Amino acid sequence: MESRRDFLKTAATGALVLGSQRKLGLAATLDQHAQTGKSKVVMARDASLHGTGAQPDEKRVLDLLDRAIAAYTGHDNPVEAWKHILRADKVIGLKVNGLGGKGVSTHLSLILAICERLQQAGIKPGNIVIWDRNARDLVSCGLTISTDPSRIRCYGNDVAGYEEQPVTWGATSVKLARILSRECDMVIGLPILKDHSMSGVTFAMKNMYGVVERPQGLHPGGCNPGVADLNCIPAVRDKVRFTIGDAMTSVYDGGPGFHPERLWQPNALIVGEDRVAVDHTAWQMLERKRAEMGLPTFEAAGRPPRYIATAADAAHRLGTNDPQRIHLMEV
Amino acid sequence: MKYCLNWKWAVAALVMVAAVAGTGCKKKGADPFPASGAVADWQKSSETRVFAAKDLWQYIDGDAEQYISAGVVSTSTSDYKYKGELEATADVYTMGDATGARKILESGQSSDAKAVQLGDAGVAYAQSVIFRKGSHLVRIVAYESEPDAQQALLALAHGVEAKL
Repeated sequence: MESRRDFLKTAATGALVLGSQRKLGLAATLDQHAQTGKSKVVMARDASLHGTGAQPDEKRVLDLLDRAIAAYTGHDNPVEAWKHILRADKVIGLKVNGLGGKGVSTHLSLILAICERLQQAGIKPGNIVIWDRNARDLVSCGLTISTDPSRIRCYGNDVAGYEEQPVTWGATSVKLARILSRECDMVIGLPILKDHSMSGVTFAMKNMYGVVERPQGLHPGGCNPGVADLNCIPAVRDKVRFTIGDAMTSVYDGGPGFHPERLWQPNALIVGEDRVAVDHTAWQMLERKRAEMGLPTFEAAGRPPRYIATAADAAHRLGTNDPQRIHLMEV
Repeated sequence: MKYCLNWKWAVAALVMVAAVAGTGCKKKGADPFPASGAVADWQKSSETRVFAAKDLWQYIDGDAEQYISAGVVSTSTSDYKYKGELEATADVYTMGDATGARKILESGQSSDAKAVQLGDAGVAYAQSVIFRKGSHLVRIVAYESEPDAQQALLALAHGVEAKL
């Protein structure tokens, strides 16, 4: 019997099969608080997640994921909970983040736990696409490249390429990754929480820099309005419907690269549909850690994450950054 | 006689140009990373990759700007393994001048930095070593916390320093 780790470890080659555009995979609006005008964000923690090792315990990660999803959906049975998030006939993309290298990338244990639950909820292995910018980023997450359509697929934009025609929103014009534009019906963002030398914080919305050809062009102005504009592009706004944010390990300063001297283990997942509310919650978490370590606020450090407020403004309307309108559940 | 002198000057000039060009090529093409076994217990576990300043975002998107503003010219990187287990990455940033290397080194230090004798200046942490030598800034990072990681990283750092 293959273990969760094994089934992704086997390298495979094969033709890349691009699917056609389909309707979104999100089964229904999950957020029961939508009717009250609040965005739900779940922060699930496990203080013993890492034990004595550098990597989190796989079993505890699966339990933490189940707890987060159960709290978010209101369904205790994890498979039933996932069935309320997804439709089985859809192609689901998992946009991971391996930019920071081996030390601070989306954890393999989280990716495998999600893949396990997706399959149990009826998603065929070939309808799951794990992706990031390139092979290096995916390998940093501990993944193996595979384009075999009968298995869980895992490859980067360096394999699938980008659209030839740019798309524009506001001041931002980009060429989208074909994995997003052509292949996936729904994308779950799996960012990892990090300090960022320019934008202050990188998490749910900033993770989308990995779905465009030349993200460096979106960095001026502390990534503002680049992050907000990019997330307003229809394919990003409509397909990236859910975030399971990896805050199990983080860098609270010196990011987005790996700085072990500033490494921190919050042992948490931050989950939600409202990407702005998720980022606001993550930002506050980083601010608290920086204060604890005697570091200045992001504002004082000259890199406040202004893109979060921009994403919530009347022009973008991607979500809310108003704490009064965020229902934060800590479990 | 006049033609003879001109001929000799021409040969001398060619020899000098060839010598300078040869030296330049050697430095430019030199790999700054020690080969496997050159530093005890360290294996070079990847090819050396080199990024020009304009392509640095491909390696460290988001971090690239601070190096570009400090005048980075090129970046070389290689992975290593210590005793077959501890994984590490060594980066050599070649700046336009020593000022750029100093700027990066001094801007990134935290209070637990321990000064070490490496190059022109250097600091060490439990899992990383950073130093500058001339226009080079070197950063070596280990991905696991091991009791002997710092000493091992320092040994590798000395190996890199000797090649700069």
